[in-house]
Amino acid sequence: MSGMIKVGYLIPLLPLIGFLINGLGRNFLSKRLVGIIGSGVLVLSFVLSLFIFNEVTASGFTSQVVYLFDFIKTAGLDIPFAFQFDQLSALFLLVITGIGSLIHIYSTAYMHEESEAHYARYFAYLNLFVFFMLILVLGSSYVTMFIGWEGVGLSSYLLIGFWFTNNNYNNAAKKAFVMNRIGDLGFLLAIFWMLSQFGVITYTGVFEKATTASVSVITGITLLLFVGAMGKSAQIPLYTWLPDAMAGPTPVSALIHAATMVTAGIYMIARSNVLYSLAPISQNLVAIIGVSTALLAATIALKQNDIKKVLAYSTVSQLGLMFLALGVGAYTAGVFHVMTHAFFKALLFLGAGSVIHAMHHEQDIYKMGGLRKKLPITHFTFLIGCLAIAGIPPFAGFFSKDEILTAALEKNIIYYVLGVITSLMTAFYMFRMYFLTFHGNFRGTDDQQHHLHESPAAMTFPLVVLALLSIVGGWVGIPAVFMENAHRLSNYLSPVFAASHHKTAHQSISHSMELAIMAGVVALIAISIFAAKTMFAKEGLSEEKSSGFGKLLENKWYVDEIYDTIIVQPINHLSSFSSRIIDNKIIDGTVNGVGKILQFSARQFRLLQSGQVGSYVLIMVVSIILFFIFQLFWNI
Amino acid sequence: MSINEILFWFLSTIAISGALLVIFSKNPVHSVLWLVVVFFAISGHYVLLNAQFLAIVNMIVYAGAIMVLFLFVIMLMNMNADQEPQKGKWMKMAGVISGGSLMLILVAALRYNQSTTGGEEEAGIGLIQNLGKILFSDFVVPFEISSVLFLSAMVGAVVLGKKEKEIIESDTINN
Amino acid sequence: MPIHYYIFLSLCLFSIGIVGVLTRRNAIVIFMCIELMLNAVNLLLVAFSRMHQAAAYAIDHTSMAGAEAQLFVFFIMVVAAAEVTVGLAIIVMLYRNIHSVDINFLNRLKH
Repeated sequence: MSGMIKVGYLIPLLPLIGFLINGLGRNFLSKRLVGIIGSGVLVLSFVLSLFIFNEVTASGFTSQVVYLFDFIKTAGLDIPFAFQFDQLSALFLLVITGIGSLIHIYSTAYMHEESEAHYARYFAYLNLFVFFMLILVLGSSYVTMFIGWEGVGLSSYLLIGFWFTNNNYNNAAKKAFVMNRIGDLGFLLAIFWMLSQFGVITYTGVFEKATTASVSVITGITLLLFVGAMGKSAQIPLYTWLPDAMAGPTPVSALIHAATMVTAGIYMIARSNVLYSLAPISQNLVAIIGVSTALLAATIALKQNDIKKVLAYSTVSQLGLMFLALGVGAYTAGVFHVMTHAFFKALLFLGAGSVIHAMHHEQDIYKMGGLRKKLPITHFTFLIGCLAIAGIPPFAGFFSKDEILTAALEKNIIYYVLGVITSLMTAFYMFRMYFLTFHGNFRGTDDQQHHLHESPAAMTFPLVVLALLSIVGGWVGIPAVFMENAHRLSNYLSPVFAASHHKTAHQSISHSMELAIMAGVVALIAISIFAAKTMFAKEGLSEEKSSGFGKLLENKWYVDEIYDTIIVQPINHLSSFSSRIIDNKIIDGTVNGVGKILQFSARQFRLLQSGQVGSYVLIMVVSIILFFIFQLFWNI
Repeated sequence: MSINEILFWFLSTIAISGALLVIFSKNPVHSVLWLVVVFFAISGHYVLLNAQFLAIVNMIVYAGAIMVLFLFVIMLMNMNADQEPQKGKWMKMAGVISGGSLMLILVAALRYNQSTTGGEEEAGIGLIQNLGKILFSDFVVPFEISSVLFLSAMVGAVVLGKKEKEIIESDTINN
Repeated sequence: MPIHYYIFLSLCLFSIGIVGVLTRRNAIVIFMCIELMLNAVNLLLVAFSRMHQAAAYAIDHTSMAGAEAQLFVFFIMVVAAAEVTVGLAIIVMLYRNIHSVDINFLNRLKH
């Protein structure tokens, strides 16, 4: 086993140590020390990940499993806790630790208003999250992944409800956790099914045995796994928690709900590509749900006024596109988009955080405007992020998104059309947000205007780094139309997805057609950006009251309200029924009833003690008779 | 039927009818008298079984002393037939049934004995000198203790029989 | 006589005694029925003593096998006498207090 991989367990261990130190020492450590420890462990993990990546890209590398200890070992069940280092996990390691360390550095400045204990608590939770996320991607079996899965759900809950004195934030955290849980149920059922069907739960074991299993079993397992992914990665119908999760601090939104945790579902399906290739029904379902979510979320984002909510719905939409990619068999494209999306979405969130910080926690874009002069670095990096997400070449988003759309076209033209519509809407609402925030005249209060200033270096440095990555990040995946064999990412990931390459049926399109379509889409996107500019980059804008269809979009298609009536209210009724009637009347009644019966029978028994000697003697004689009967005739 | 058997049946009849009349008499004095008849019958049984000593002792102690004592107490209380209250009907029925059931159970349990009390020959254990020998050799300790028992019974009876004032007075006189 | 005749006779007397205890309310009559029961037992003991003697005599003409039973009967009588003494003393005291020997008045045991 090559050198660095042997100590690969340090990569998740370091954030765990950071969590323990910051968590236990939160009352003693200074803010500076907490920040250094919290970010420092992440940077160290990133360096280690670089070494691992180096080894993984060496020629002749095969995936390696580092065994740590036995998680469960009984007669019929052997589940080891081990890490699997291969191309996919190494890539995710880089993304998580890299973007993670940038966000930690950013947080040292963003959260400086908090008191020391809360500051340390924040970093402890953030480190804990990274620890679990690393376990998730490094695990060599579904059970290890599930440990990480649960852990990131927990950390997400803790971080969304970080400002726990606000009840709304607590409710948002609870909502996130409960919806995650629903997904987790699907995941668990899939694990149980796999264990009972195959007897093993490690990736290598399952994928080996899956080739001999029946299609219906694989379809069932993959559907259940996808339910888990739906919950974690916010797809229909379990997506409503993500916009509400914006209640947490902005760096948290950047890390968890843009770059890492929500991509866990993508990772899971990418990892299980063998299974999904064997079950075309599940794959189709993944694609359908992905594209519908993308479309739905994009429509809602058109009418949101909170800067973070726009980004949240944009995340949901982009995740839908990633699932579309996985659903049509373009696994590399999905992972590629995960990577690029992590870059520009983290950038956008951190930029939004910078704006919010400058505006003293104002988040309504209709109260902003003209910020580009006062916040130059933020403005410039934010623009790059918007360009990247819109899909303008040569920024990162163009390459990954285009690959997805091309793969979708090869499968089914409807996917392609819907994907293009989503991309157009994405460009429109992102630039609406950009223009409203940075252009036009300032619409806030005078007090806010006086306090506008650029953010400190700890915040702008990650912005710059991420902007650079958003520019060059796409160049690892140059498609064949431009340059032959330049898709370095695809070559890199091919061992992971090799088993499922041949199984997805698609029709190839010629290169010239592809180029033409690409150009056409870019042109449409440019038009939509221009339209946004005309509508929103004006002076003297104010918030308009929406009506009709606009109102529907602004209120998120009333999905939350529908869930409330269909699911939440009946459960509340059931709970109150159980509490009032079953608990109070039936169960308490039974327990009290036992007591009452005892009292009643005791009262009856007391009548025997009548004081009448004659009855005493009678009872004695009767007892003697009974004893004789038992003794002599019944052999007791 | 030998003379033994005739006597047995005769004495048994007397015993049982006497016992029945004991419990069914309204007047307590009559009950006492019928009980004396029963004792006579039982003593007759003892004689039949060649337990002469016991027959005599039975007569002297039971019929002579104990029953007379009973009569004294009854007459002290001036009891007559009319005064005595009766128990409820159900209680009487329950009592009769219980007693009868007990008898039936025991009879059923003891049905299978076939030994006999034997014929005329025997070593004369009912004779007084043989009994006396065994009493004063093997059982002398219980004999002596029974004298202590009598003593305590007498003392108890005297104490119980005194009126309360007398007890207090005798205490204060002695102090 | 076969032993079971004596057993039945004794049983009859015993159960009549029990019926008397259960049926009568006069304390003195109840006492008398107790005496009746004791006598039934005495009779049975003597019968058994004779039975054992007959069985032992057939083997050995000088054995004194059944004598213990008759001595036991003697002691029963002794104890019965003592018991009657004390019991009647109690009944007299009872009569002095409540001027009746009806046992139903004894229900103060209830408290």
